[in-house]
Amino acid sequence: MNPRLSRRRFLKAVIASGVAAATTANLSLAHAGDRAKGAVERLISLNVNGRTRRVDVLPQETLAYTLRYKLGLTGTKDACNRAECGACTVLIDDVAHYSCSTLTHSVKNRAVLTVEGLQRADGQLHPVQQAFIDELAPQCGFCTPGQVMAAVALLRANPRPSREEARQAMAGNLCRCGAYDQYLNGIMRASERTA
Amino acid sequence: MNGYKHIGKDFIPPDVIGKVTGKAKFAEDFRADGMVYARVYTSSMAHGRVTGIDTSAIAEMDGIVGILTADDLPPVEPPNAPMLTNTPVYVGEPILAVAAVDEKTAEDAIARIKVQIEPLPFVVDPLDSLIEGGPDAREEGNVYLRSPEGSGFRNVKWTREQIDEFRAGKQPTGEAVNEWSYGDLDKGFADAAVIIEEPFVTTGYAHMSMEPRTCMAYWQNGTCYLYGSAQSQSFMIPGLASMLEVEQKNVVLVSENTGGGFGSKISAYPVMALPAWFAKKIGRPVQLRITREQEYYVGSARVGFQGWIKVGFAANGRVTATDLFIVEDLGPNATGGDGSSAGGAVSIVYDPEAMRYRGVPVLTNTTPRGAQRGPGQNQIAAVMPPIMDRAARELNLDRLEIRKANAAHSGTTIYEEQEPVTSAYMKEALDMGAEMFGWEAKRDRPRRKGNKVIGLGIGQGYHSAGADGFDGLVRITPDGVIHLHSGVGNLGTYSYASTTRSAAEVLKCGWNNCVIERGSTEANLPWSSYQAGSNTTFTHSRANFVAAMDAVRKIKEIAAATLGGSAVDYDIADERVFRIGNPAQGMTYAEVARRAVQLGGAYSGETWPDDIHEVTQRAVQNIAGTGLIGVAKDTLRMEGVVPGLAVAFAEIELDLETGKYDILDYVAIAECGTVVHPQGLAAQMKGGAVWGMGMASLERHVYDPQNGLPANIGYHQCGIPGYLDTPSELRVGAVDLPDPQSPFGARGIGEPAMGCSVAALTSAIADALDGHIFSRTPISADMIVNHVSGREQSFKPLQINNF
Repeated sequence: MNPRLSRRRFLKAVIASGVAAATTANLSLAHAGDRAKGAVERLISLNVNGRTRRVDVLPQETLAYTLRYKLGLTGTKDACNRAECGACTVLIDDVAHYSCSTLTHSVKNRAVLTVEGLQRADGQLHPVQQAFIDELAPQCGFCTPGQVMAAVALLRANPRPSREEARQAMAGNLCRCGAYDQYLNGIMRASERTA
Repeated sequence: MNGYKHIGKDFIPPDVIGKVTGKAKFAEDFRADGMVYARVYTSSMAHGRVTGIDTSAIAEMDGIVGILTADDLPPVEPPNAPMLTNTPVYVGEPILAVAAVDEKTAEDAIARIKVQIEPLPFVVDPLDSLIEGGPDAREEGNVYLRSPEGSGFRNVKWTREQIDEFRAGKQPTGEAVNEWSYGDLDKGFADAAVIIEEPFVTTGYAHMSMEPRTCMAYWQNGTCYLYGSAQSQSFMIPGLASMLEVEQKNVVLVSENTGGGFGSKISAYPVMALPAWFAKKIGRPVQLRITREQEYYVGSARVGFQGWIKVGFAANGRVTATDLFIVEDLGPNATGGDGSSAGGAVSIVYDPEAMRYRGVPVLTNTTPRGAQRGPGQNQIAAVMPPIMDRAARELNLDRLEIRKANAAHSGTTIYEEQEPVTSAYMKEALDMGAEMFGWEAKRDRPRRKGNKVIGLGIGQGYHSAGADGFDGLVRITPDGVIHLHSGVGNLGTYSYASTTRSAAEVLKCGWNNCVIERGSTEANLPWSSYQAGSNTTFTHSRANFVAAMDAVRKIKEIAAATLGGSAVDYDIADERVFRIGNPAQGMTYAEVARRAVQLGGAYSGETWPDDIHEVTQRAVQNIAGTGLIGVAKDTLRMEGVVPGLAVAFAEIELDLETGKYDILDYVAIAECGTVVHPQGLAAQMKGGAVWGMGMASLERHVYDPQNGLPANIGYHQCGIPGYLDTPSELRVGAVDLPDPQSPFGARGIGEPAMGCSVAALTSAIADALDGHIFSRTPISADMIVNHVSGREQSFKPLQINNF
């Protein structure tokens, strides 16, 4: 198992970042941003999926909000907005993060990868995406982009995980349809293909 | 191998690619020019009356576009849920909405608005309302019965003694408002060698779909366009039209993907219609994206049971009689009906020779209830197995054998009317599961290892799984492409797609040349059933079958008209129609489609059958003249109840010191007729297993009796099972025997897949504890520790709202 990906460690990082877990976090944080207007540079450059994007970001705006509402990257899903479910998982410098609980300003100089950035220019899917199709892992599909990104992060850190290691690493991603078995099948299949 | 080209084969459903790439569009991913964002103000009180709304604080705010209150909307007859209310009946009920140029502004405005609410009496435990002098959840009454003979409010009260006795776990003696029976109950108990009597509680809990429901709506030329989150597609239209007070032809629903429903989005719901009314008022597109917290409030929950059951068994294990009484927690909107469904499930799964069901559907000021995966069937699925196990123990029978002695078969009759079933093979499912699981070997092994003990469980699940009378629509265009029009919603079961393969099978065409038309009313979709109740596979295998048969008939008639002879002289294969005995003489489907357009009439959809639904008629009108049209209503033989059945076997290792258990092995067998889509079936069986695991030991909601506040609204507080709560691998299989009333033999399975799971787990937990019956879900670790250590439980037998 990759210790960098443990749920406990992740949550500690979120708390340390000063982001409160509120039901309407992105809104209330954005509201708080009004008070600090002018205190932080708002027009910033973000490295998202290998491209530099200039975007106007409120001081306490969450990355999930920026991705979905400012950059139109709606593959990242906002299901709980309080670091409970992982539907908003993206990679920041190759490590899985909950984008609903990450401040956009904190990723200014880092590489953000969303589900839209996985497919190659020639259309070839990432091995995790292909394996999830082959295993018919998604059901309703709302959690799937987060599951894909968590799996990609796992395989970057640990290309040959055991099934139990994969299970532990994926524990921060909920699926209400209960497709855990199939997602794990997909990860093991992708691992075999990429090894 | 079944000899079919498509049925029973895996395929890639077209929408799955968008789900892994992020391109799949859910309701919240749609935008419209000029769109504004709405947020709702929700009630902080469990029951009250709005006496004042002060919006002065937002009068000068920039970016506010409009305010919508209940006064702007048509009244709704209680107990049905309104879009907005002036008399909230649960914490979280929407009172007003604000639209603004962005969500932040709308949320800021909501925070500044002041609403005065005069409190009214409220209740969060049905028994508190049933007691004489107890509070009523609604001013109209405390009980609401939905019945074909007449629905209505009742005021039902029991004496304090009756409530106290029931609370102590004794047989209820108070008034029931819903009752049915069959057989001679007294004789059944008189004939019994063993009688077991138990009170029980199955706690309600939230659906908690991953997607917080969103709807965006706008109007154009009197037509409302809605981008919503819906389990069903065409089936939503009549309800939406009614809510919007327009004709059905003036509703366009776009719902390409839906982030879970589990029964909470079967038909049109108020939050879906709200932005449409708002858009009408302000003349701009409105999107309402609710929060996770609000999804808990308005997203529906399972009906809770407080019940009592008495079961008699003959010496050979046969169930001679069952007497079942259920007090249902119906929430404030009387949405449910689970109690009677639970009785119906008992009547098939355990097939008692005589049975009585009595129920009281009580209103409470808790989150609204609704159908949730096996509504009623799966609550009782959890209750029955430990009772069967105790009977087996007292009669010295094997626990598998006592289930086989009562197993549903094709001659079993069910429900009050003792209707036949279309077919049933529960015994075969039990045998298959026992072999796959290794029942006998596991049963005979030593069970105790230090403070760990192995428990083995057997569970059975049921839900009716099919309907008739819906329409199918297929079209072959002059380019030879076969368009399979599916009005089934996309809930994630992929049955919208797998059922269209019935049509492909009939048309004997390749799958690569087929396109599924779906996801929007504007895709010209037929009238289709609700995507719920485990029914799509049976129902729409039939509807697609009849539409394709209509197309094949027309293909042969066109060939005969073009090439000579009569239609019976022709057959089809490889997307060609050809003369029998002279395959070289024929036409491709593309050529037939071109000819259909020339011929017109029914061939190209310029006329259509009289009996198809108006939704289908409009679809046919829109595509008339574009190719060969196959369209028909399903009028195939349909006699009896279509059963979806499943069994499961579970092996758990229970730690007597911590009360926790691990599931070491899980095997589930589907008995759903012919397997149509192996991967889709496995997904349902495994997903259902996870739901059963949640119900068995994790999920519940809790309401504070002091203030009526919900104590657990988040995913983790609600106990949604995660990767670490469930086994890494689940094993599933299928009996795969065809049902005679389905063209390809298929029935549905979604709900029994969960019922068998929770049943296997309550059975396994009881087995690990020498047959102890908790008679309650969820069975938590502290309950197990209390039992093992001989301590009293922290709750009384019928108590709810406890952790």
